[in-house]
Amino acid sequence: MATEALGWWGVPLGIAAGTLRGSAPFLFVSLGECLTEKSGKINLGLEGTLLMGAMSAYAISYVTQSPWLGVLVAGLAGIVLGSIHAFLSLQPKVNDIAVGIAMIIFGSGVAFFFGKPFIQPVAPQLPALEFGAWSSQPQVQSALEICPLFLIGVAIAPLMQWFFQSTRWGLLIRAVGDSPDAARAMGISIFKIRLLCIITGSFLAGVGGSYLSLFYPGTWTERISGGQGLMAVALVIFARWQPMQCLYASLLFGGAQAIGPALQSVGVTSYYYLFNASPYILTLAIMIVTCSPKRTLRGAPGTLGSSH
Amino acid sequence: MSNQIDTAQDSNHFQTKANLHTQGFAGDGSGTADKGEAATAPGGSLRENGGVDCIDPNRLDFLEQAQRSAGGSSLATSLLAQPPELEVVNITKQFGTMFALDSVSMSLKPGTFHALLGENGAGKSTLVKCIMGFYAPTSGEVLIDKQICQIASPRDAHRYGIGMVYQHFTSVPAMTVAENLVLSRFDSSNLINWKLEHEQLSAFMQTAPFQIPLDVPVAQLAAGQKQKLEILKQLYLKSRILILDEPTSVLTPKEADEVLGLLQAEVQTGWLSVLMISHKFREVTAFADEVTVLRKGKLAGHGLVKELSIQDMAEMMMGEKREPQQVEKVAPSALAPILQLKDLHANKDNGLEAVAGVNLTIYSGEIVGIAGISGNGQRELVEVLAGQRQATSGQVLVNGEIYRATRAEMFRHQIFSLPEEPLRNACVPNMSVAENLALRTFDRPPQAKGGWLLIHRVIRQMAQALVTRFSIKTPSVDTPVGNLSGGNVQRTVLARELSSERIKLLIAANPCFGLDFAAVEYIHGQIVAARNRGVAVLLVSEDLDELLKLSDRIVVISGGRFVYESVTTNADFAAISQSMAGH
Repeated sequence: MATEALGWWGVPLGIAAGTLRGSAPFLFVSLGECLTEKSGKINLGLEGTLLMGAMSAYAISYVTQSPWLGVLVAGLAGIVLGSIHAFLSLQPKVNDIAVGIAMIIFGSGVAFFFGKPFIQPVAPQLPALEFGAWSSQPQVQSALEICPLFLIGVAIAPLMQWFFQSTRWGLLIRAVGDSPDAARAMGISIFKIRLLCIITGSFLAGVGGSYLSLFYPGTWTERISGGQGLMAVALVIFARWQPMQCLYASLLFGGAQAIGPALQSVGVTSYYYLFNASPYILTLAIMIVTCSPKRTLRGAPGTLGSSH
Repeated sequence: MSNQIDTAQDSNHFQTKANLHTQGFAGDGSGTADKGEAATAPGGSLRENGGVDCIDPNRLDFLEQAQRSAGGSSLATSLLAQPPELEVVNITKQFGTMFALDSVSMSLKPGTFHALLGENGAGKSTLVKCIMGFYAPTSGEVLIDKQICQIASPRDAHRYGIGMVYQHFTSVPAMTVAENLVLSRFDSSNLINWKLEHEQLSAFMQTAPFQIPLDVPVAQLAAGQKQKLEILKQLYLKSRILILDEPTSVLTPKEADEVLGLLQAEVQTGWLSVLMISHKFREVTAFADEVTVLRKGKLAGHGLVKELSIQDMAEMMMGEKREPQQVEKVAPSALAPILQLKDLHANKDNGLEAVAGVNLTIYSGEIVGIAGISGNGQRELVEVLAGQRQATSGQVLVNGEIYRATRAEMFRHQIFSLPEEPLRNACVPNMSVAENLALRTFDRPPQAKGGWLLIHRVIRQMAQALVTRFSIKTPSVDTPVGNLSGGNVQRTVLARELSSERIKLLIAANPCFGLDFAAVEYIHGQIVAARNRGVAVLLVSEDLDELLKLSDRIVVISGGRFVYESVTTNADFAAISQSMAGH
């Protein structure tokens, strides 16, 4: 067997493969959340958006036989949920977190409701680009099957970084998130900027959901997200609200997710559930390390989560 | 003194710099070629219109673009060599029935440093807000170069070349200085070419009166540098009339002297006018050319600073020498020290020292008034006494025992307080009037059994009695206190804090702020009544009249220190106002 031929080398390879395959949802959701939080709002509802995106992408791909149309519709579903969240959370005295939790329940509920008929059927999947043809090892070949959607996500990260740095819009978003009073003194509509940021962020999260159901793991089930949407929110804090660091953090989380399966593939079956829990442990560890009651987080948008 | 001398020596140096600054627009040919073309067209239209009458905001806007994009703008430079003259004529601003400004006129001559002086609430801020277009005046006009203009927003004011530096900072803390400057421009393009912007910003910085590193996040700048950035922002926006709203209130005296000295040098070169709101005589005499004084919304005086003495200005600002209005006071029976402060220090929220070692003893049956301009440490002092802030060193003694403002100690010594902003500092807005009235006593008999079982019937009954006795206007005792008017919130707190029979010490901070005349009289009466019962009262107020009327002794706080102390009947009014102003 080829696995045996690789031996323990299968573990790092498995983790690398899992990183390339499993980071995309983290990446899209964290970039979406990064954009939202830069404008000073929090959208916990992206977990629901992720599920909604996964379901709608799968359904549309099955019905129209076009996976890319599925991706687009997943994004649109994200826009719809994002609009609801934005409308509610931008009302005076409304708490982002409360609305976000409601939107997790709403988004997943709607996804499960409409997704029931699509659990059985098989929908066409997104294509994969074969970067592993040079290798004779089938494991290497399969590890380097990369979805174009992931590459798009990888491209968005530096683009967003540049956007925040070098465009007037990017600066305005940061001003709104950091010091709404200063933004207001410049005559900027805080409402509009936050609205657009939340909606665009949700669009990205919806697209991230389509990756789940149309590439990896590539089916639609109700347990497909496994809390990745919520972890991505934590990841933005870890990434200090920097899009490029969101990319690195997503890769780290994707890799952590692959530890359990990779060890299993070389025969380490004990502690399987413990290893599978590594992304959650990582999230918890990050929260503990980065949070302190005595200081505010460096890089955090100044008015994050406050209603204005 | 030494600072002033420094400034004088440096002024030549800055003069040359400022000249460079004006020429900088003409010589700055690094702008892109297409912008250069665009700039010639508005330049032409200016020539046709003769320039001097350029009062249409749009046209001025063109002019700025012409300047900014730097193509052939020598004409523009010469036109704007002198800042416009700003006049306000008979401006009145009414809020409801209250006149915040009552036909005030003043004129800011080109190239002068003009101070707008007055006590808190004299209408200084209202006046500049009318100029900047935040408020529409009820009547009266703003004239620029003798032309009536309609300024409806700060953006309009900016088009006329008027820029304002606010008391609070308006820069985005997480962004760098360069990002803040670029963002502040009203017309910057959607894509930012950082290489080009950096070149232009460094060129601007070289000609600017003060230098700030461009790549540092604003959050890391010291207060003085932040204030400089606010001023630089206005210069960067090509403002020719700079309005400064108490620009030094957040600065140390040294920083203040530096900033104002450099601005004065800019003004002396003749391309900038400054209108500065202040209540510090020292700054006015050191830096301003002319002064306009407001008192209670009316013009109280005007003149050249060099022709006026501090005494003259103090009298204009505070009115004629005022005799303390007497309220019926009985002589205290026995003098026992109640509150003692020993070398007390405390910090502001930002970690700077606010209270710098104060000593004070207050005896029973005595009102000690603390006068001072807000921001001189009185807020922090009251917060320490109320248990809201930790003292960094020093001691507070009550009845000779160390006092840490715990609930048990407050009860044992019977200490009560009327803090400023009572809804925030002394009430739970969403709890009912009855519950708020019981905050001091709810866990003691008769309002509670065994310290934990509350007896709501008694709480409501006692509240009902207090509502009647202190005439609190509330629909019922179950109404949330946040729904009451400001005066009635104040009365609720007063009822709770003064109703105790055994009260020994009362700490009151601006207890009458924003209340109408009747409420003020009522609260004054209650405070004096408490004093006559033998209560020791510490009264912090920004209203000197109130202090002269109520206190037995008056202390002036300035820069966190007590700088003047006197028995009120012997108090020297001029000395009080001068020490308040930091002399």
